[in-house]
Amino acid sequence: MTRELSRPLPRSWWLRHAPYFQFMIRELTSLVVLTYAGLMIWGLWASGDGGSFPSFHDFLSSPLNVWLHMAMLVLALYHTGTWIALTPKVLVLWRDDERIEPDVIAGANAVLFLAVTGLVLWLVLG
Amino acid sequence: MSEPDRTAPLFWLLFAGGGTASAMLLPVMVLVTGVAVPTGWVTEEELLSLLRNPITRIVLVGLVFLFLFHWAHRFRYALVDLGLRRLGSQAWLFYGAALAGTALAGLTALRL
Repeated sequence: MTRELSRPLPRSWWLRHAPYFQFMIRELTSLVVLTYAGLMIWGLWASGDGGSFPSFHDFLSSPLNVWLHMAMLVLALYHTGTWIALTPKVLVLWRDDERIEPDVIAGANAVLFLAVTGLVLWLVLG
Repeated sequence: MSEPDRTAPLFWLLFAGGGTASAMLLPVMVLVTGVAVPTGWVTEEELLSLLRNPITRIVLVGLVFLFLFHWAHRFRYALVDLGLRRLGSQAWLFYGAALAGTALAGLTALRL
């Protein structure tokens, strides 16, 4: 007979220490990703035939939406920063016998992020 | 011994794809809808014509797909970590929602 040994963990475990809290916030940035997917679907519906574009635009222009977007921006940047910081762990590249420095891989991703950001702004605003 | 879960690599790949796409694009997209549109740098007409562009619509459907599968995977493991093991284990619920959302985006995008 074997019994599973389980040590119950209080649900508030992630509130106890700053690194645990940061981990949970990082995981919960996925809710911002979900929210924005919903906004994209709304935008597709509103701009298509039979959709109400003025109500979509009114919402985007509302103070509530600007506050929502400021919160989303902070969390989205947190996701971007933590994601880029993890890229060297996932992407281990070798040149001959030398491992490419983790900082170089993260740096290349950071440069890519800035380039993509600039490109989108140029496409949309230019 | 239980069978190894052969679908796990697929969902991990979608999680990573969505994580990368959102890491690269989400901040600037938030700037567009949260700053450029409310300030009028992008006018209502400009936003409408941007959203009615077929290329934009295809890209947005692809992003909805990646974003939703990223959320589904990451959020269900976060729920397990938060002590909601039973809910987080319902894989079909989360991936099904992601699939349904993608289908909705695809069908919506076709209405032009």
